[in-house]
Amino acid sequence: MRNLTLAAFISIFSLFSTFAFAAGPSSKLDKVDIDLHDKASLQRGAQTFMNYCLSCHGASLMRYNRMAKDLGLTEDQVAENLMFTTDKIGETMQIAMRPEDAKRWFGVVPPDLSVIARARGTDWLYTYLRTFYLDETRPMGTNNLAFKDVGMPHVLWEQQGYQSIDEDGRLSVVQEGELNPRQYDMMSRDLVNFLAYISEPSKLQRLALGKWVLLYLAIFFVIALALKKAYWKDVH
Amino acid sequence: MSMMDWIDARFPATKMMKEHLSEYYAPKNFNFWYFFGSLALLILVLQIITGIFLTMNYKPDAELAFASVEYIMRDVEWGWLIRYLHSTGASAFFVVIYLHMFRGLMYGSYKQPRELIWIFGMLLYVVLMAEAFMGYLLPWGQMSYWGAQVIISLFGALPVIGEDLALWIRGDYVVADATLNRFFAMHVIALPIVLLGLVAAHILALHEVGSNNPDGVEIKKHKDENGKPLDGIPFHPYYTVKDLVGVVVFLFIFSLVLFYLPEFGGWFLERDNFIPADPLKTPEHIVPLWYFTPFYAILRAVPDKLFGVIAMGLAIVMLFLLPWLDRSKTRSIRYRGPYFRTALVVFVISFLALGYLGTQPATSLYTLLAQIFTILYFAFFLLMPIYTAFDKDKPVPERVTYK
Repeated sequence: MRNLTLAAFISIFSLFSTFAFAAGPSSKLDKVDIDLHDKASLQRGAQTFMNYCLSCHGASLMRYNRMAKDLGLTEDQVAENLMFTTDKIGETMQIAMRPEDAKRWFGVVPPDLSVIARARGTDWLYTYLRTFYLDETRPMGTNNLAFKDVGMPHVLWEQQGYQSIDEDGRLSVVQEGELNPRQYDMMSRDLVNFLAYISEPSKLQRLALGKWVLLYLAIFFVIALALKKAYWKDVH
Repeated sequence: MSMMDWIDARFPATKMMKEHLSEYYAPKNFNFWYFFGSLALLILVLQIITGIFLTMNYKPDAELAFASVEYIMRDVEWGWLIRYLHSTGASAFFVVIYLHMFRGLMYGSYKQPRELIWIFGMLLYVVLMAEAFMGYLLPWGQMSYWGAQVIISLFGALPVIGEDLALWIRGDYVVADATLNRFFAMHVIALPIVLLGLVAAHILALHEVGSNNPDGVEIKKHKDENGKPLDGIPFHPYYTVKDLVGVVVFLFIFSLVLFYLPEFGGWFLERDNFIPADPLKTPEHIVPLWYFTPFYAILRAVPDKLFGVIAMGLAIVMLFLLPWLDRSKTRSIRYRGPYFRTALVVFVISFLALGYLGTQPATSLYTLLAQIFTILYFAFFLLMPIYTAFDKDKPVPERVTYK
C-alpha cells in the first residue's frame, strides 16, 4: 500500500516536471540572466526604453512614480530624465501615436509592453533584440530570427549596427554600430531586465515577503506537530 | 444562567457543535490521504474571501477587464497577493480534490451506505469545473478567450439544438462582452452558492453515516457501554489538531508556489494569457488548464466531434455510477484482490497519461495513445461489475488496524 502511495506521488510529480519542460518555447533561444535587484541595470534599461521604445510602444499599465520608487530614483529625476510623453508623475506610460496611424505605417499596431516579458519570456525578448538582420524582401529592410517577418524596424541599429544572415542561418556584422557586440548584449540585457520589471513590479515585494511567510510556517509546523502529539498521546 | 444556555434555549449551538465536532466520532486510523477533505474546505474559504476582494477592483467589461487585473496586480494595496492567492488557489483546489477523490477510490468510500456522499462530491466536482472554467475567462487574456470559445463551441456539436444552445450560452455569435458579463455573474454568485449548498449536503451526509477509513470497516459495529465506537475518537480535538498540521504543511507548499512560482511554468497562469483577448487572432496552441486536460484528451481521441463530446460527458458520468458498478463487498484496497488493484493502477496511469496528452498537439502518435488510454479509462468502469464480482478479496479484519 505504502509503495502504491509512493508510486502515485512520484508519477504525479514527474508529470509536473514534464509539464514545466514542455512549457518552454520550441525554437532555440539565447539565454539571458537578468537580475531584478540590480537597480543600475534597471535604470539603464529604463533609459533605453524611454528613448527607443516608448514612442511606438506604450506601457499603459505602468506608472512613472511606481518606477521611480522601485528603481531608487526621485520623482524629479524621473520627470527630468525619463518622462517624455507626460508631465504628471502619477500617469502611466502612454504614447501619442494613434493605433490607426500605427497600422498604416507598420502594418500592425505595436503591442503594449506592460506585460510583454510575461507573455514572451525574457529569453525570447533578449534573442529578439539581438537578431535583426538585413532582408531586402521586407518593407523595413530587416527581418528577425525570433520573430519571422516582424513589422518593426531595427530601431537599435545605431547601437548594434547591421547584421546579415548566411545560408546556415548564422548572423554576422556587416556594418558596425556605436557599441561592440559585448556592449550591445549588455544594453539588451538591461532593457530585458527593465521589461521584466515592468511586467510584474510587485515581484520584488513577492520575493521579499516569501521567505518570511515560509519561516513563519516552518515554526508554526513545529508547534502544530507538538500540539498534535500531545493530544494523540492517549490514542492507542 | 450562562450566555451559552441562553443561546442554546433559542438555537442549537452546543448541540450542533457536539454533533459535528466534539462528539462526532471519526475512525482513529486515518492516514495521509484523509487530509484533503479539510484542505478542500480551507481552499473554498480562501477562494471566497480572496474572490470578494478581487471583485472590489475587477471590471467585468471586455474593454477594461484585462487592465483591471493588472491594476489589481500593481496599484491595489496587496492586490498582487490577493490575486495570486486566488489563481494559485484554483489550481491547488483541483490538486486537493483529485487526491481526495483518489482516496475515495482506494478505500471504497463511495460504497453503501455512502453513495450519496459520493454523489454530492461528484456534483461538487462538476460545479467546481464550471466555476473554474468561468473564472478563467475573467482575466480576458488570449487563453481565456480562446479556451472559452473552444469549450462553448462543443455544445454546438449537439444535434438540432446545438448551435442555438451555444449561442444562448455566449449571448453573442462569438465570445464577447455579454459572455464575460454573464460568466462573471455565474462565477461570483450563482455557482459559489451552489458549491456551498453542496458542501453542506456532502458533510451532513458524511456525518449521518460516519466516515470510512483505510481499513474500510464500520467502526459503528463495535461500541462501548456508552454507545461510543471503540475505534472512534472525537473529531475535535483529535482531528482538528491533526488537520492543523496538514494545513500548515499544505500552506508551506502553497506559499512556495505562490511566492516563487506563481505561473508554475505556464501551467497555473498561461503565457498567452498575458496577451489581451483578440477575437481576430487565434493562438497557435489552445490548451485548456491542466485540470481539464484528461477530458480534453478524451474529446480529441474520438474522431467525430459529437461522439467526442458524448465520450467526454460519459467519462464524468462513469464516476457518478461507481457505487453501483463495484460489486465487491470489500471496501479498502488493503483487502481487495489482484483484479481491482491492477485495474486501479491502470486507471491512474490512464488518467495521468490522458492529462499529459491533453496538453500536447494532437499528432497521429499522440492521438493513437489517447485512444488507447481512453479505452483503458472506460474499461476500468465498464468491466468493473465483472472483475469485482470475481476478484479474490482477502479477509477483512473485524476492527481497524492502528499502529
